[in-house]
Amino acid sequence: MRLSHLQRLEAESIHIIREVVAECDNPVMLYSIGKDSAVMLHLAIKAFYPAKPPFPLLHVDTTWKFKEMIAFRDKTARELGLELLIHINPEGLAAGINPFVHGSAIHTDVMKTQGLKQALDKWKFDAAFGGARRDEEKSRAKERIFSFRSTEHRWDPKQQRPELWHLYNARKHQGESIRVFPLSNWTELDVWQYIYQEGIPVVPLYFAARRPVIERDGMLMMLDDDRVPIRAGDSGQIKKVRFRTLGCYPLTGAIESEADTIEAVIEEMLATTMSERQGRVIDRDATASMEKKKQEGYF
Amino acid sequence: MRPLEMQTFAQPHVRTLEDYLAALERKSLLRFITCGSVDDGKSTLIGRLLYDSKMICDDQLAALKSDSKRHGTNGARLDFALLVDGLAAEREQGITIDVAYRYFATERRKFIVADTPGHEQYTRNMITGASTADAAVILIDACHGVQTQTRRHSYLASLIGIRHIVLAINKMDLVGYSKATFDAIVADYRAFADGIGLANFVAIPIAARDGDNVAFASAHMPWYEGATLIEHLDTVDVDIDRATLPFRMCVQWVNRPNASFRGFCGTIASGALRRGDPVFVLPGKRQSRIARIVTHDGDQNEAVAGQSVTLTLEDEIDASRGDVFCAGSALPGVADQIEATIVWMADEPMLPGRPYWLKIGAKQVVATITALKHSVNVNTLEQVAAKTLELNAIGICNLKFDQAIPVDAYAANAETGGFILIDRMTNATVGAGLTRFPLRRSRNIHWHSVDVTKRARAELKTQKPFVLWFTGLSGAGKSTIANLVEKRLHAAGRHTTMLDGDNVRHGLNKDLGFTDADRVENLRRAAEVAKLMVDAGLIVMASFISPFESERRMARDLFEPGEFIEIFVDTTLAAAEARDPKQLYAKARRGELTNFTGVDSPYERPANPEIAVDTSAMTADAASEAIIARLSALGLIHEV
Repeated sequence: MRLSHLQRLEAESIHIIREVVAECDNPVMLYSIGKDSAVMLHLAIKAFYPAKPPFPLLHVDTTWKFKEMIAFRDKTARELGLELLIHINPEGLAAGINPFVHGSAIHTDVMKTQGLKQALDKWKFDAAFGGARRDEEKSRAKERIFSFRSTEHRWDPKQQRPELWHLYNARKHQGESIRVFPLSNWTELDVWQYIYQEGIPVVPLYFAARRPVIERDGMLMMLDDDRVPIRAGDSGQIKKVRFRTLGCYPLTGAIESEADTIEAVIEEMLATTMSERQGRVIDRDATASMEKKKQEGYF
Repeated sequence: MRPLEMQTFAQPHVRTLEDYLAALERKSLLRFITCGSVDDGKSTLIGRLLYDSKMICDDQLAALKSDSKRHGTNGARLDFALLVDGLAAEREQGITIDVAYRYFATERRKFIVADTPGHEQYTRNMITGASTADAAVILIDACHGVQTQTRRHSYLASLIGIRHIVLAINKMDLVGYSKATFDAIVADYRAFADGIGLANFVAIPIAARDGDNVAFASAHMPWYEGATLIEHLDTVDVDIDRATLPFRMCVQWVNRPNASFRGFCGTIASGALRRGDPVFVLPGKRQSRIARIVTHDGDQNEAVAGQSVTLTLEDEIDASRGDVFCAGSALPGVADQIEATIVWMADEPMLPGRPYWLKIGAKQVVATITALKHSVNVNTLEQVAAKTLELNAIGICNLKFDQAIPVDAYAANAETGGFILIDRMTNATVGAGLTRFPLRRSRNIHWHSVDVTKRARAELKTQKPFVLWFTGLSGAGKSTIANLVEKRLHAAGRHTTMLDGDNVRHGLNKDLGFTDADRVENLRRAAEVAKLMVDAGLIVMASFISPFESERRMARDLFEPGEFIEIFVDTTLAAAEARDPKQLYAKARRGELTNFTGVDSPYERPANPEIAVDTSAMTADAASEAIIARLSALGLIHEV
């Protein structure tokens, strides 16, 4: 019996998830509603079957997620019978932080990074699973699977613990925490292939449909609600589009596509020549910007 | 060489999507590590592998073009190394400083590449990357041939047990694609490899910058008829290695959703098992049979190495996290002492005698290095006498655990013979260990149980035995106060004794100096002697600077709860230095004494001592009164 590469990746991820639950006091799974979160949640269910995963899901909401994402999030938690915690940065909300007004950098810092830190502090989580993959971005390629954070949630790339064999060191002091990335060794294609093989439900926005969009700074933005400030010259149009990644709708570019099934999505991905995070505005802010954000506490 | 997956699939008339997806499901996984120095072109090779396997998208290529102009070392051409050098700091330095992981795929396999640097000081990173690798690609610059670092990388690869070594002789373009040069380097390497027991390796001449013999056969080297690097990595067979070993699974988690289900979760470390197979649960050697192999997709009849499973047993056996399920045919040793190779990974040196956490499988124990036999010079492979291990040093050590655990020799089973060491104060991973063999010594020297117990001895003296451990800077007043306390206890008819740091160094410990390693050993012996005296029923005053929290904790752990009373004799460095009863501070300031606590060696203040007295604010008499009062309040003494 020879294991396929996906069987090996699955086993490694399950091992990681179980190790965290065994060694940490109060873990939580960051659930961002996207395809990577869907795979990570599926692996958690497999890891503890026939029991349910012994930790809650946490969604750090920015109030700018696609409506379909929120509906999918609530349906998933309800159907699986898992506890879902939702946190919105109250100061950001009170200040009316808005990607159109304040820009992507401030919006992401206040609503995502600060919101996440608040949520981890509020519920005193000492370990948080995230769905990040090393193939997404260069600074991620060097991050450990068990990524240690100071009491201020900072990441120090020079003080990372070596990870040998399958032995993970989860020891930490009071107030310190660990971000854990069970999908570290998965690629985008692995994720889609696994979703296909396992029949994992994902948000329908990943599949092409006719949706209202406007073109803005070379990006196709979906008009998910009426908060988009319409500029002179903007012309809303209906196009057949889908999304490769999902985030805040004003920061997530759609691509024109005919791929309306999972097979078609995989086929399209094989033919594409653009990387996945290319549609994300936040990665382009500055060279090595992700590394900087991570040091400040971003996932 | 067939071109890689995306190219192939881009010709839809060749295959249907369904065929393609079915082929994807059969794809296997190979993890390999690349070793070489900055100049051997390692990052360039990895960038080339990614580029040739079409893993580089247009936007990344555009970024690479602009990066190549700004940071590139390759003139106007694309500098593939920039694709893989991730963190900002090292991009500026132009070197890779850590372990990075890269991914690419061919039709047959998905590859995970651990990219580790080749500088002298980074043995740690290579060992880390190699620990999960099935194969190693060792780069040699054809212009320079076999170098010291080639030997080092090869030794480390063989130490960590990588069976499949590829010698990639790079920059063949710079030696005119010469077969003679290639053959000479291979012969040179073979002579060395035989010496370290690396019997099998495959040598491939490449030019990573231009792609010769990486993914595509080189037009410049018709004399080379072997496989390209990718072809070789695509076909090397690694799956059989772990599957043919005896069955082992470390219990990671016990799954108990309800009273009727008790599942043991873990990843199968080696071998295979079928439903109904007999298993032993170690330590304790309890025996049962596999009742079910439970998965979310339904029960399985068999499972193999590498799978994460949930097992139930036919009998109600109380196994817990850290226990090991084994096949009856070949059981691991159960030992509380082992000999192991340790690779040190921290700036703080390894100190024999200091306790560390040790994690092996899913088990965590306290381990102490009882002996450092010698270290190994990774360049010459010579054995070198050593008292400590510095960062990136490798040594052969004896270790003792606080309990007996199942352990295999690393060479027989890496998953159940490899371990990490964790610092008890910082929680950092400070060492990697490879078990050589369990030591039988403890089994032969039995602990003699005695009829006259500690309690009986103490009752004869009508007292409760304990140790007062005085810690503080030199000149803080430890010995003076200990002396006063002993006088009070003696006058009240208590049976006492005194262990003084200076006095012990004149006798028992006169072979020891003041390096960190010797300080640890000094305190280990002192603490063991104090324990013997407490066993004799005595009240022991022990006064030692004992500057490190971990040694004070080690001493405390030797005693039963309530027996170890830590007394922090606190004062300012200025006050101690002003007293300087033995003129030691003066000497240290003049540089005549080194490793002097407070001057050029740190003192770690106790976080939670049972008693603290501040001698910058009170006299020695007052301090001893305060200590006696506190001992009385703790119920350790009466009527003094």
